[in-house]
Amino acid sequence: MSAYPNGTRKASDVQIAVFQYVVALAFLWLLSGFWQLQVQSAHVYAARAEQNRIKSLAVPAARGKILDRDGRVIVNNSPSHKALLSRASLNPEHLQLIADGLNIPFERLIANLKRLETSNAPEYQGAILKETLSQAEVAFVEAHRSQLPELKLIRSQRRLYPQGGLAAHVIGHVGEISDDELDQDAFMFYEPGAEIGKAGMEREYNDVLTGTDGRRLVEVDSLGRERKLFGTIESKAGHSLRLTLDLDLQVVAELALEGKKGAIVALDPHNGEVLALASRPTYDPNKFIGGISPEDWRQIQKDPEYPMMNRAIQAQVAPGSIFKPIVALAGAETGLLDDNFGVSCSGGALFYSRYFRCHAAAGHGPVGLRNALAKSCNVYFYTLGNKLGIDRIAEYAELAGFGRTTGIDLPNEQEGLVPSTKWKLRHYVEKWYPGETISVSIGQGALTVTPLQVAYAIGGIAMGGVWHRPHLVAHEDRRTLRPEYETPDPIAAELNKQHVESIRQGMWAVVNDGGTGGRARIEGYDICGKTGSAQVASTQFKQRNEDMELKDTAWFVGFAPCEAPELVVAALFQGGEHGHLAGPMVRDVMKSHLDKKIRSRWTQSTPPSPREATRPVAHTAAAIGRQTP
Amino acid sequence: MTGQKLARDFDWVLICLALAISALGVIEIHSATQNTAWQNAHLRQMAWIVIGIVLMWIVSTVDYNWWVEHVPAFYVASLVLLLLVGIFGHIGGGARRWLLLPGGASLQISEFVKVVLVLVVAYVLGELPRERISLSTLARLTGVFAVMMLVVAAQPDLSTALSYLPILAVGVWTAGIRWKYLTAIVLLGMLAAPIGWYSLKPYQKERVVAYMDPESDPRDTGYQAIQSRIAVGSGELWGKGFARGTQTQLSFLPTPHTDFIFSAYAEESGLAGVVVALILYFGLLMKIVSNAQTAADNAGMYMCMGVAAVLFFHVVVNIGMVIGRLPVTGIPLPLMSYGGSNTIATFMLLGLVNNVRLRRFTN
Repeated sequence: MSAYPNGTRKASDVQIAVFQYVVALAFLWLLSGFWQLQVQSAHVYAARAEQNRIKSLAVPAARGKILDRDGRVIVNNSPSHKALLSRASLNPEHLQLIADGLNIPFERLIANLKRLETSNAPEYQGAILKETLSQAEVAFVEAHRSQLPELKLIRSQRRLYPQGGLAAHVIGHVGEISDDELDQDAFMFYEPGAEIGKAGMEREYNDVLTGTDGRRLVEVDSLGRERKLFGTIESKAGHSLRLTLDLDLQVVAELALEGKKGAIVALDPHNGEVLALASRPTYDPNKFIGGISPEDWRQIQKDPEYPMMNRAIQAQVAPGSIFKPIVALAGAETGLLDDNFGVSCSGGALFYSRYFRCHAAAGHGPVGLRNALAKSCNVYFYTLGNKLGIDRIAEYAELAGFGRTTGIDLPNEQEGLVPSTKWKLRHYVEKWYPGETISVSIGQGALTVTPLQVAYAIGGIAMGGVWHRPHLVAHEDRRTLRPEYETPDPIAAELNKQHVESIRQGMWAVVNDGGTGGRARIEGYDICGKTGSAQVASTQFKQRNEDMELKDTAWFVGFAPCEAPELVVAALFQGGEHGHLAGPMVRDVMKSHLDKKIRSRWTQSTPPSPREATRPVAHTAAAIGRQTP
Repeated sequence: MTGQKLARDFDWVLICLALAISALGVIEIHSATQNTAWQNAHLRQMAWIVIGIVLMWIVSTVDYNWWVEHVPAFYVASLVLLLLVGIFGHIGGGARRWLLLPGGASLQISEFVKVVLVLVVAYVLGELPRERISLSTLARLTGVFAVMMLVVAAQPDLSTALSYLPILAVGVWTAGIRWKYLTAIVLLGMLAAPIGWYSLKPYQKERVVAYMDPESDPRDTGYQAIQSRIAVGSGELWGKGFARGTQTQLSFLPTPHTDFIFSAYAEESGLAGVVVALILYFGLLMKIVSNAQTAADNAGMYMCMGVAAVLFFHVVVNIGMVIGRLPVTGIPLPLMSYGGSNTIATFMLLGLVNNVRLRRFTN
């Protein structure tokens, strides 16, 4: 049967034995490999397998809401999704698809990634491509999970600011922490990419508003899909921050400034609570969320009106005639303004061989303090200022709070400038010429103030010499949020009641007795005030540069009711030309305060129920209604 | 040969070892493909095994001498089929390897070529006298192999083409080769290595580089090597349990039911399971070799050695890849990896071994 009978078999035993040994050695070699992996380095690989599958994901905590004094919501949060691109597993071919799906211009996406590449950010730190995704964009990411494993959704809480820039300068905005901020003590526990308050209350009370992020421990597969949830540490939302701001007054102040350049500050002179603080032009803080787009940023930076500037605390301009009550106070308190002091205004006067004009060319005739304030007679205050000398004017200006920050709880407040002999010597190494005092005594010259300082100063005088530090969060609220906080003592000066009374009367006449501020008058409300118009440039300079916007600055400061002031309002209208044009702005704010008082008297004497308190009233409804849903 | 005698003389130990390994494979395929698009792969694999056993029996029943005598026909037929695949074949994994059969099944002809080549070695070397192999025989055999390897490599499927080489090498080694020839071949191989490197496709070079330094390219080939090592290592001594390997179940491990099935197996059953599987494979190889030793003639001996060689090569290259000691290649693990052609071809090879055993006393 067989063609190969037994006996013809080759003696290949040695070769076969060698093959057997080779097989045995190879298997031992394989086994040693498993020994090394599964016994010797087992813990290393076990740990790496755990690292592969178990991810600890941050659950971002919502920031605290920002409320007005009645508990009405000014800044809210809304749940949203961010798109995160994992740069470590990025496939460059997918970028076009991602850009299209998320509606991001392709060039911006590339620029964004390039910027991250050149920064020191570690590669495992993903790139936030878009902060707030639309529903369609969320659907896109979810539908492409397996195709685009590098693209992930992050649930977050988006900050919702009022639209139209309402109170933008008070609230501020949030944004990604910068490299410089990371080096600061206040942010030592923050990681790159964290969202922090960048300006305004968001910055000032960042620690209070920031919540504690939670964490989710999940099992993920190789595509990053969550398979199992091991546990969660709930995130803790930040504290709500109740401001002293009154939305009713704030909205009126904003509307009064609409289309203008300037600021309005309303304070309660009893305690320093800020009821309204508005600055125009304004900006939309919503644009800053998740990083402002380069176009928007360029637009804001190029704007010659500086919309980001909070003019209420940062505009340092000459006060003009609203400085006169301070000069009057200095005169009265130093005893210069006795019964013998009288000035006759003939439309100007000669001081140190220079002729200084009064704004009324025909002159005011013989004037006393009441009329000097009511008609804002320059010659009266030239004369008084000249007698006082610069240092005594400076003394009382500084007492009233000029030349230094008021200490309001807002970042980057400016000091303004109160000139004095010492100041001149220090900065110009020159002596003070008495002629310079003449300008300062009507609020011109080197003197500059901020609207907040004006409200603070006049409010303190109206209170008979008690200045309360302005603040946006009530002292008791602040103590609750920051236990180490100590309520600052007010600055009190022993002013002669009669002196205060005579200034008050002069300011009453400004509004109510044929004075320059008649436009601020409200029937049935006793308003005291003072107009001011400050020159931006000399008349000669203006003539030479007719095309330039060099219109005078209009001021008005008022308090009411005159006898027992509960509200002081300062308005700055840059380019407003005449002080009486700022008057109606102050009147509007005072009117809304009065209306509210009457309304609450009508409804009930007990404090409003929380339900009612959260319902926006009348004109605020319009402003709140403009918030994005 | 009667059916009774056939049943009595069958190499039951060999069959049992093969079936035990196949069972481990089916279980691991089931575990690795749960809740994936490959859900029913283990059922299909069982079907392949049954078909394989039937073919093994058929291969065993016809005297192997008949198979050996007709090998030129099989050889030519395989070449024709391979060329047909090259022209009409179905593209899978970037290469034209699959011949679609009516009914949706697809055959990888290059797997069955192994069976033919084992017979080719027996055909060429079986009738040679006792002396060592002559240069002309060596050249003839090498030429026959080279043609087949070139056709398969052109598909392109270098891994499978290279897997034919051990059949030739072990055959020549068993026949007895002069030391000077062996030295010459080794030297030629060393000289050819750089030329070979330049003729490699970029993805093949990548694989070699990734093998040398897997962390250099953690995204692609290196990724596979790293994930495989993590799977194996994290299995530790006793494994994570059936369907509980995180690397396998969360698809960090690539192709856990085919090329990397042993990683999945090592993760879920630990070193303990690995030792069991390695013992089974070693037993299987030794059993095949023992059949070579007891073969009635040279042809039978060469056939058994050829089978042992090709299976040994597959096991070492595949498992060596799993533990990161060899580069990533597309070589499946016989009897464990999911795949019809490979499974059936392997059982046919075992059928040849059985054939030799059944006729070891015939005279």
